Amino acid sequence: MSTILLTIDDRKVHGESGETILSVARQHGIPIPTLCQLQGASTFGGCRLCLVEVEGIAHPVSACNTPIKAGQRVTTQSPALRADRQMVLELLFAERNHYCAVCVQNGDCELQSAAAQAGMDHVRCPYLSPSLPVDASHAQYVLDHNRCILCMRCVRVCAEVEGAHTWQMAGRGIEARLVADNGVPWGESTTCTSCGKCVHLCPTGALYRKGASVAEMQKKRGFLLRILEGRELGRTGEEPTDDFLVPTVEIRS
Amino acid sequence: MSTLQPENPSIERRIALQRVGRIDPESIDDYLAEEGFVALRQLLQSANPDSVIEAVTTAGVRGHGGAGFPTGRKWYFVAKADAPVKYVVCNADESEPGTLKDRLIMEGDPFSLIEAMIIAGFTVGATTGFIYLRGEYNLARHRLENAIRQAEAAGFLGRDILGSGIDFSLHLHSGAGAYICGEETALISSLEGYRGEPRSKPPYPTQSGLWGRPTLVNNVETLVRIPPILRHGAAWYRASGTAGSPGTQIVTLLGDVNWRGVVEVPFGISTRRLIDDVGQGVKGGALKLVQSGGSSGGIIPPEWLDLPLDFDSGRAGVVLGSGALLVCNAHRCVVDLTTVVMAFFRAESCGKCVPCRVGTVELHTLLQRLTEGRGTLRDLSLLETMGAMVKRTSFCGLGITAPNVLLDGLRHFRDEYIAHARDHRCPAAVCAMQDSAWGELPHLATVG
Repeated sequence: MSTILLTIDDRKVHGESGETILSVARQHGIPIPTLCQLQGASTFGGCRLCLVEVEGIAHPVSACNTPIKAGQRVTTQSPALRADRQMVLELLFAERNHYCAVCVQNGDCELQSAAAQAGMDHVRCPYLSPSLPVDASHAQYVLDHNRCILCMRCVRVCAEVEGAHTWQMAGRGIEARLVADNGVPWGESTTCTSCGKCVHLCPTGALYRKGASVAEMQKKRGFLLRILEGRELGRTGEEPTDDFLVPTVEIRS
Repeated sequence: MSTLQPENPSIERRIALQRVGRIDPESIDDYLAEEGFVALRQLLQSANPDSVIEAVTTAGVRGHGGAGFPTGRKWYFVAKADAPVKYVVCNADESEPGTLKDRLIMEGDPFSLIEAMIIAGFTVGATTGFIYLRGEYNLARHRLENAIRQAEAAGFLGRDILGSGIDFSLHLHSGAGAYICGEETALISSLEGYRGEPRSKPPYPTQSGLWGRPTLVNNVETLVRIPPILRHGAAWYRASGTAGSPGTQIVTLLGDVNWRGVVEVPFGISTRRLIDDVGQGVKGGALKLVQSGGSSGGIIPPEWLDLPLDFDSGRAGVVLGSGALLVCNAHRCVVDLTTVVMAFFRAESCGKCVPCRVGTVELHTLLQRLTEGRGTLRDLSLLETMGAMVKRTSFCGLGITAPNVLLDGLRHFRDEYIAHARDHRCPAAVCAMQDSAWGELPHLATVG
């Protein structure tokens, strides 16, 4: 290992040989947007959001998989980079059905915040609006293909950390789909340990816990009558016969 | 293939194709009778692998897969890499549309590839080689399998080759029909049994390739040039071609020409000579354009016909790539051509990166609108912006080259695109335009 000096956005910074531009930039508090990058898992390089300019290279390079070099001059913000990042995000929004208003992840979504930060305020290209299924066969979790951006975080963490190798990518190009156990409904997977790592690392609402999505909450409206019934029983000194669904309510007469 | 005619020395020079059509490709005796394995024998006797790298470097061989990387340097990188195991891989996944050169070599002279791979293994210090063959090449597979068997039986493959103490085993692997696997890192992923997707470079395969070992990946046409160079010398090879691109190049000539087929010519020949002297002229009308280098290549407009075809002219705009030349006459529509090319990339994108996976679909959708008379000038401007963006930001060569024909088309034939987008008219009368642009209610976003 040896220390390497380079310049990022006119700031002199340093890193160890073998480190990437992204990791050195982060250590120095220089923000570079990412989506597929996941600390703790292998590098993928597919989202193309972390593109930066390196002096002497004609096209932008992805910061997540480009090693630092001595004397390198890196630019992380420029009008051209902003335009490229915006279009990457536009393509992602046009690819599947991303309707934030009815998405379980609204307000805590990495795709949504990346778009907001990039200033992506509309989509110029035609929406592809594919007809995609939702796999709710798993007892605890749901896979909604409409929100998947194919970042491979789930595939990587399942293989590299959990060691289950449940998730795979099937099909190619625009037909690429996340599949469990080479193409069975998630609930029928014999390798999935239900550990939930993929669910918590998914940047969007593609993988989520059951009961969390829009309109999925079931209200327990019967509680009021049961409270009143409980009071009545309390007064007469009888034991309640019904199981109280709102257990923290204290009954005082 | 029946398209190969007797050599015409005034224009051709056959090095890679020297035996094709002249020997029985299923007989090792025929190969041996035509200087077969002579270069290998001499090399094993001299036991000097460095001499090979020197000869290849001096001859100035460059990668014939399309990128034109100096072959001698690649061999040097793998040879000097310090690792207990190394591999030699032949990229025979020839999938560039309209390119048939590697197929012709493997079908017509399979032993030459085997000899070249043994030489490569000895030179870089690898004892195992793989041929990654395009899945659809059934005859080539049959002939290579047969050639490997015969070479093994004759002692050219396996342990202690010709008593030299050198081992080399060769394995044939058929792809499953994915264009992306012609990209060397995707090829390596596929060979390892993984999904055929490109990997980050660096590390380059010369440092960390197949199963993490230093790996030499070369195209078929590149490899078969090595034995004749060792036999006759670098000066002999450099006797034709240009200073930057010495030697010869196999060209697949197709489209609107009177003779279509495969021909090996010195580098630096002009497109015009190929069309006139080899193709016997344009068929069915005046020349409109030549699409060079397959779908990932570029467009040569008529005013560039006299530029030399070599690796360095690519900087001026002529892309040699895989050596395919698709000749189009005046009755062809450039927007239609672009749409067909984009449909190819849409189908062949692996899906790893966003610009290529979604961008090729969006570009194809927008182009289809133009060919159906539903386009707008706004669509045209988006095509140009997005085409440049996909080229700039894609992960691997597939996405980087996918918009080439579109961007070249806009550069040389902009009026034709405008006629489609603004006037809903196809000047070449190829595209089936709708009667009215308002035949169906357009998507709101298309109102320009």
